[in-house]
Amino acid sequence: MFRRSVDKDKPARGFQPRDDQSSRFLARKPSRDELVNTDSGYILYLEDITVSFDGFKALNELTLYIETGELRCIIGPNGAGKTTMMDVITGKTRPDFGTAFYGQRLDLLRLTEPEIASLGIGRKFQKPTVFENHTVHDNLELAMEADKRVWATLARRLSGEERDRIAEVLDIIGLKEEVSALAGSLSHGQKQWLEIGMLLMQNPLVLLVDEPVAGMTKQESESTAELLTTLAGDHSVVVVEHDMEFVRSIARRVTVLHEGRVLAEGPFEEIQHDAKVIEVYLGE
Amino acid sequence: MLLGRLIKQDWGRSILLGTLGVMCVVVPVANLLVPEDSAFHVSTYTVTLLGKYLCYALLAMALDLVWGYCGILSLGHGAFFALGGYAMGMYLMRQIGTRGVYGHPELPDFMVFLNWEELPWYWFGFDAFWFAMLMVVLVPGLLALVFGWLAFRSRVTGVYLSIMTQALTYALLLAFYRNEMGFGGNNGLTDFKDILGASLQSDVTRVVLFVVSAFALALTYLFCRFVVTSKLGRVVTAVRDADDRTRFIGYRVENYKVWIFTVSAVLAGIAGALYVPQVGIINPSEFEPLKSIELVVWVALGGRGTLYGAALGAVIVNYAKTWMTGAFPEVWPFALGGLFILVTLSLPKGVVGLVRSLPNWLASRVRYTYHKWGSLIRAKFSH
Repeated sequence: MFRRSVDKDKPARGFQPRDDQSSRFLARKPSRDELVNTDSGYILYLEDITVSFDGFKALNELTLYIETGELRCIIGPNGAGKTTMMDVITGKTRPDFGTAFYGQRLDLLRLTEPEIASLGIGRKFQKPTVFENHTVHDNLELAMEADKRVWATLARRLSGEERDRIAEVLDIIGLKEEVSALAGSLSHGQKQWLEIGMLLMQNPLVLLVDEPVAGMTKQESESTAELLTTLAGDHSVVVVEHDMEFVRSIARRVTVLHEGRVLAEGPFEEIQHDAKVIEVYLGE
Repeated sequence: MLLGRLIKQDWGRSILLGTLGVMCVVVPVANLLVPEDSAFHVSTYTVTLLGKYLCYALLAMALDLVWGYCGILSLGHGAFFALGGYAMGMYLMRQIGTRGVYGHPELPDFMVFLNWEELPWYWFGFDAFWFAMLMVVLVPGLLALVFGWLAFRSRVTGVYLSIMTQALTYALLLAFYRNEMGFGGNNGLTDFKDILGASLQSDVTRVVLFVVSAFALALTYLFCRFVVTSKLGRVVTAVRDADDRTRFIGYRVENYKVWIFTVSAVLAGIAGALYVPQVGIINPSEFEPLKSIELVVWVALGGRGTLYGAALGAVIVNYAKTWMTGAFPEVWPFALGGLFILVTLSLPKGVVGLVRSLPNWLASRVRYTYHKWGSLIRAKFSH
């Protein structure tokens, strides 16, 4: 259901530095899968990340690894640093200390937001942010994996294959009827779904999903859970969520953040009975 | 409801292009072929005035491209217009030759007056039309590119960016006022004689300039429409509405802003170059911050984000200005200020928005009146 741009059977070629001047313009841009090296089995490496805002440490020596293809839930009380962690991964916030790697080679701290996005880290925000003055179709088209440089975008037309892809995603997110509606006219839950659809259009390797079921009905949140579970495997999915029932329904592995660091990590059942976690959640 | 359907379909485009097409035929005929004592004769003064409005319309469209579609409120677009105008003015100055007051074969009058011995280096090449036209595009374009690159890369947005553009045009104003700059100081460049060998005083030249302006406006409109309906146009509107989100789906927002800002500046420069031969003068007052603010009023009044609305706004405000500065000159600044307040408070989408909402409004009035009178009549008869 979720196609990849590169044939997986082909052995991944290493990134070759292009120092030959004559072939610079002819040389093929190395594909994303060649750049992101996940041979070790991990896709995100965060080590000793510290972010402070006016002396308040939003993240305090946070160390976290995400395996390739895993579905990870991150929970924690307000102010635990969940959103800041996503900001660091996507390049919005630069940490004071620490290292953040994407695959074995790509240093996230040296890349800009659009670069990180094009390399395959997609993000869904806590507050649904869609382009309200664009139609549902255009929102998906804008998010679609493509050459996103200015001149290429000016001349860009949708290919038949891309139309199919948009139709496919519309089907998944259940907004077929609303394809020509302005995104601003959608209900809160539909906007959440549209944003998930935009994430799918980017065809990312890593999906960072911030509170996906906020404002959704029980039924909607069940289908979201189902969708995220399907996505894991082909993609690595990191979900931040408050809704414990939702976490229980999808989680294989849960990380609890507290005061900017990892308090506990493990399967949901184990975490549920962890004394420290109970104290943090019930003590407040 | 036919009226409603007609207006709801985007007729602005057809009206704009149709009007320009008709004017291209009617105005030359009415000026050159219809005898002067006929009621259908259009005077050369009117032809030039209309040509001037078309240049303003082009300028307004350029601003609408950055403001209406990308949300960049430039309060210094007059600077690009003036730079394009100066480039054209320099060409026209070089065409005067020995016909100046001092009859110097090489130097324009003001340089002779300043006791300059030779032409400054930056005046070289302006005797060639093609070079001057290249500069019309390059000078505003490069300035916008550098300014935009510095500003947008540092993520300067909103009111701060507006203030910076205002400062840009003010700085240029002060610079061009100086005689030492070599652009004629506060008198600017004037007393032009020919363009491409044709006398600027002749009716035919005036008509040709008018027709060229109309074509330029039509082409600009088609070009801008192509841009805003392309995928790039949708990205640019996305940047206007949620720039952070656009960044997170992989677009380099800064590059898009620089691109659209530069394109808009080039269009403004072309407008300036068409304007100068028609009005016969270019001086530093074109850099005045107030002029750039007036330009924003044109676009706001017409309706931003529609392109033809900007053109309409430019024509309405400038027609009002022409009329009012003749009839009651002291009232004009107040009228302009009042217009701006009126548009901001009650016409957020400008005249175009008003016209578009008219059918719905009428329908709702009709429905309301029908129900009101209906219930009144029923109440009367039930007694």
